[in-house]
This record gives sequence, structure tokens and C-alpha cells, in this order.
Amino acid sequence: MSKEKFINLVSTAVPLPVENIDTDQIIPARFLKATTREGFGDNLFRDWRFDNDGQPVKDFVLNGSRYSGKILVAGKNFGCGSSREHAAWALYDFGFRVVISSFFADIFKNNALNNGLLPVVVSDVYLKGLFETVKANPSAAITVDLENQTVSSGAQVAKFEINKYKKTCMINGYDDIDYLLSLNKEVREFDLTHAGS
Amino acid sequence: MNDGKPKTIFEKIWDTHVVRRAEGYPDALFIDRHFIHEVTSPQAFDGLKKRGIKVFNTSRTTATADHNVPTKDQHLPIKEALSRHQVETLRNNCKEFGIELYDLGHPFQGIVHIIGPELGLTLPGMTIVCGDSHTSTHGAFGNIAFGIGTSEVEQVLGTQCILQYKPKTMLIEINGELGKGVVSKDIILYIISRLTSSGATGYFVEYAGDTIRQLSMEARMTICNMSIEMGARGGLITPDETTFNYIKGRKFAPQGETFDRQVMEWKKLKTDEGAAYDAVMKFNASDIAPMITYGTNPGMGMRVTDRIPTLAELKEINEQGSFKKSLEYMGLEPGSTLLGKAVDYVFIGSCTNARIEDLRLVASMVKGRKKAANVEVWIIPGSKQVEQQAIKEGLDKIFEAAGFELRSPGCSACLGMNEDKVPAGKYCIATSNRNFEGRQGPKSRTFLASPLSAAAAAITGKVTDVREMV
Ligand code: SF4
Repeated sequence: MSKEKFINLVSTAVPLPVENIDTDQIIPARFLKATTREGFGDNLFRDWRFDNDGQPVKDFVLNGSRYSGKILVAGKNFGCGSSREHAAWALYDFGFRVVISSFFADIFKNNALNNGLLPVVVSDVYLKGLFETVKANPSAAITVDLENQTVSSGAQVAKFEINKYKKTCMINGYDDIDYLLSLNKEVREFDLTHAGS
Repeated sequence: MNDGKPKTIFEKIWDTHVVRRAEGYPDALFIDRHFIHEVTSPQAFDGLKKRGIKVFNTSRTTATADHNVPTKDQHLPIKEALSRHQVETLRNNCKEFGIELYDLGHPFQGIVHIIGPELGLTLPGMTIVCGDSHTSTHGAFGNIAFGIGTSEVEQVLGTQCILQYKPKTMLIEINGELGKGVVSKDIILYIISRLTSSGATGYFVEYAGDTIRQLSMEARMTICNMSIEMGARGGLITPDETTFNYIKGRKFAPQGETFDRQVMEWKKLKTDEGAAYDAVMKFNASDIAPMITYGTNPGMGMRVTDRIPTLAELKEINEQGSFKKSLEYMGLEPGSTLLGKAVDYVFIGSCTNARIEDLRLVASMVKGRKKAANVEVWIIPGSKQVEQQAIKEGLDKIFEAAGFELRSPGCSACLGMNEDKVPAGKYCIATSNRNFEGRQGPKSRTFLASPLSAAAAAITGKVTDVREMV
């Protein structure tokens, strides 16, 4: 299944300067009961967005009109916790295409990349600057250029790392499974001959 | 792939499972054993259907229902419609694709990371994956086991492989003797409190040292289980006699001569003298005391007799805002102690601590004692086999006499996905692995601790230094 191609993006951003945002916050477990990939956006950050009575929490960033956009800027160690891919689906379904942070948890990073959501790692200093920029000017445009691996807002430019293979996949909308399926014959042989179980 | 360089056990296992290593690509890694459950598999099966492909090798995949099953009246249909639908979807998918399912009511059903080892499906030297981050549990047997996302579940079902970059390696060595009342859960909570919840991100951990060597298999599983809570991809322990004795005679383990031959192979699975790690950490067992967490990630832990840090103390290692937010959520004051803090719920269960040894530990603490009036206690065995064994040993009677109830197996209150939830604002001392906001139910507050400490709290009704009771 090929996915949407990602080349570059210019958008405003939503700041969420909290560290260690775990996948239980991104999408609480009780909303993992669907058997399809769609519709998780409604429950993104559910318990931060809504109070016990289901009313929107007024000062939560996703509820006000001040911030919007396809880029989420979040504190360090974003996506720690469970392996639930639903976290990436929820962010994507809500409309995010990029998450910028100074550190991502491993499994989340993989899941995001497998679903067309680009995790962009920047330095702590750049991240701090970005929070300040967005807070001062919510309509500031941020450019994420995957081809050149840069993120920029005004004069602040940062290079980011991305694995070459994953970059090719994102740009072309490829899926890992296509590559693995092409190895089918080799794997069959391996399955029969490899020692130890 | 033998270039003569000394290798870690991790590298040895990894390298023998690489089907293809190509320039510019991650390694295509062969997967020996794949576990699936109802929550992270439906979309993967959907993917297979859309592509029109079959499961590559059905004998390498095992399924169970655990995350959203009720822990009472398991013989009745699941009440909650969405949970029921998810379990039914798993049932239909397993039937359609020919996968063995240990469904509700089956004598082998249980939490996925508990049944693999107890059935002898988890063995040394393997590569093991599951759409669940606590797959690291299996690493206690000396294998490479890690959690994956649903897209990857689909890859493994369809191709028996996964595309992965080799993580860095970290050695964590613990030496010395554990003090009174200190068990393996305290060791891992201590390590995580030192490394923080992201301190091992990007690494695969090997636990070593004489303290680890002396632990039982079940205690080792508790340690490996929580590797992910410091961000590690997984954690493993070199197999030894303890490992082989545990495996011997298990249902799906190699038997007789085959077993003996395998043991010879497994004995070769160890880190070569002089092999290099990307990071090395050393700890003393004597520094470890009964541990408890006070915050909303497992790295926010301390010795039960310590004070919660103040904002000033944390300046360098944590952004103050997040720390403050966390303590506000928990309803706790910086600088205060948790000793004597009343708890409302005690949860003994989860893939971290719901094996028979855990239940024996709890029984040893509560025998002849009564639960405090202010607490509700849930004891959830990790599997049907654990439940049966507990009954056989009469542990259920001990629990009953103390005012507890032994329920049926499942993930239960480890995650607020099934009927067992901690109400908003209530405190729960839990033997599980995560204290995230809302993990045990919306606005629930979790203290992570060992089964021994949880059992002590069940008796006293408050956070207790278990050393005063053993
Ligand atoms: S017991 Fe908890 S951590 Fe373990 S598999 Fe179940 S939900 Fe996950």
C-alpha cells in the first residue's frame, strides 16, 4: 500500500512544551478498540483536551483558536511508552504531518515513519527557540524540507537527520513490506536452514 | 558474518538472523517467534487481506486474548461491545489465516508475555517480536525480543521478517547482595530512576553481574520486562543453568535428546571476552532499597524512605514545568515523603509481576493477616496456568482469608482498556510497569512498586516500608 508522498511542508505549528509525552496521553488505551486505522484523531490527547464531563478544557492548545497547523512542536522524549501505532494514526488523522522535538522514543519514531508522519529531531536550543517563535507569533510559517533535511522559521534554520532509506520511503510513499516481499525466496530458504528453532 | 572480532551475545544473535544486509537499507531480520493479541493485530490482518497475501509461516505465530478481556465471568460473552468485537475479530482472523489462538477459556490463555515463556515457546537465541512494547520480557531467556507497531506486525505476518537498524548496545551490571525485602522489581525501578525514562533510548541492554545471576527466571523476566521504560529497544540476560532448568519439560520446548543438543548450542550464547559495548553502567545491589514511583513516568522513582525531590534539586535533569505538572496530577508536594500515604487500590498483576512466584511472594506477606478496610485489592494472575497453580498451592485460600480475591487472567488494571479501572483521583499501588497519566483509568494515580510492597500496602492501607514487615 503506498502512502501519501512527503516532500516538503510549509505550515504554522502547535506548541506543546511538555516533556515525556507518552503514547497513553496521545491516545488513551480505552480508545484502542477499533479494528480499522481511521477515526483516531477524535481522541487525540483525549484526557488533556476534555475534562471528566467531556467538556473541552479551555486552556489546552488544541482547543483554542490561537494555534493550528500541520506541525506539532513537542517537548523532549516524545512518544515514549507503548508500541501502539494508534498514536501515529491519531496524530495523522487529526491533521499533523510533522512532529518536531529534541528527542523521540524509538518505537514511536518507527511507527510515525511507517505512516507518513515525519519526526524531526532538532537540538534543545533550536526547540526552545521554536517554542518562543510560535508563542510570540502563532501565524509564523515553519518550513520542513525533507529533500534538504532542513527545518526553518524565519532566519532560524536547522539541519535534521533522517535515515536515507526512510527518507526515500517518505518521499516516494513506499512501504517496508514491498521490499521484504521481494526477499520472499531468500527468506523461505533461511526459514528451512537456519539453525536454532 | 564472522569477522573474528569479539562479539556481544546481542550481536551474535542479531547477525545470525540477518537474511539480507544491503547498502543503504536496514537489515532484513528473520523473526523466529511472533506473538499477537487482539489490540494491535486487526489492522495488520486487514493489510494482508488488501494485499492478498497469506501468513508466511503460521507455526511461528501464536495468538492470545489479553488486553481487553474481563477478569470476572470469563465464560460469559464480553459485555463491552467494542472489546467483544476486537476479540471476535482476532478469533476470525486466526481462523482465516490458520494461526493458533489461546482464546478465553483455553487452558493456555493469558498475558502474551507470560504465556510465551511458560509454554516453552520463548527460547534462547531467538528473535521474538510482538505488537506490544513489553515484548522485552522474553529477553530474560537470552534472545532478542522487542515490541513493534502494527505496520510491522503486518510485515512479520506476511514475510517473517522485519526491517531494522541494529541498535547500540548497553551493558548494565549489578553486583552484590540484595537487602531484606528487596526483590527484582526494586532492581529495575532503581535502574530506571537512575537512567531516566529515556536514558537507554537507542540501545539494546544486556543485564549482567552476580546479582542478576542469582535471580530466578521469573525475577529476570520482571527486569527485562521494564527495559522499555528507560527507552531501551529491549533487554536480555545470558542464558545459564537457571534458564535451561526452567525450559526443560515445558509444553512446546524441545524434548529429550533434542533438548540436550539445544542446550549445547545455547551454552555458546554469551558475550566474548573483550567485546565492546556502546555504553556500560554499573550498580551495587546494596544501594537498592524497596522502591516506589511518585510521578507519571517510571523514571520518577525513589527508595520508599526517600523524599520526593524539590524543584530546585531537579534543575538540571528535568524541565521543571513537566515535573510540576506531573506532581500536580499526582496530588503530591515536592519534597514530601510517601511513607504513610493512604492508598485506595492495590493492583497485583500484569506481565511485570503476575507469575506464580509473584503470587507466592504476596501470599507470604498476607498469610495470617487481613487487608486494610480502606483498600480494594485486585489479584490478577498472568495466565490460566498461573491461576491453576495458585489454586493447587492453596494461595487462593490465603488470599481469601486476608480478604482478597484471585480473579481470572488478563492485563486488567495495567491499562484502562477493560473493565478494571481505577477511578479518577484515586491512588493505586500497582505491580505493573507504567504510571502514566490515566494509564489505569482517566485521572487515576499510580504508584509502581514490587509485589511485596504492594502486598504490604494492602495490609496497612498505606505506603509502607516493607522491611518493617518481613
Ligand atoms: S499487562 Fe500491561 S504492559 Fe503487559 S501486555 Fe498487558 S497491557 Fe501491556
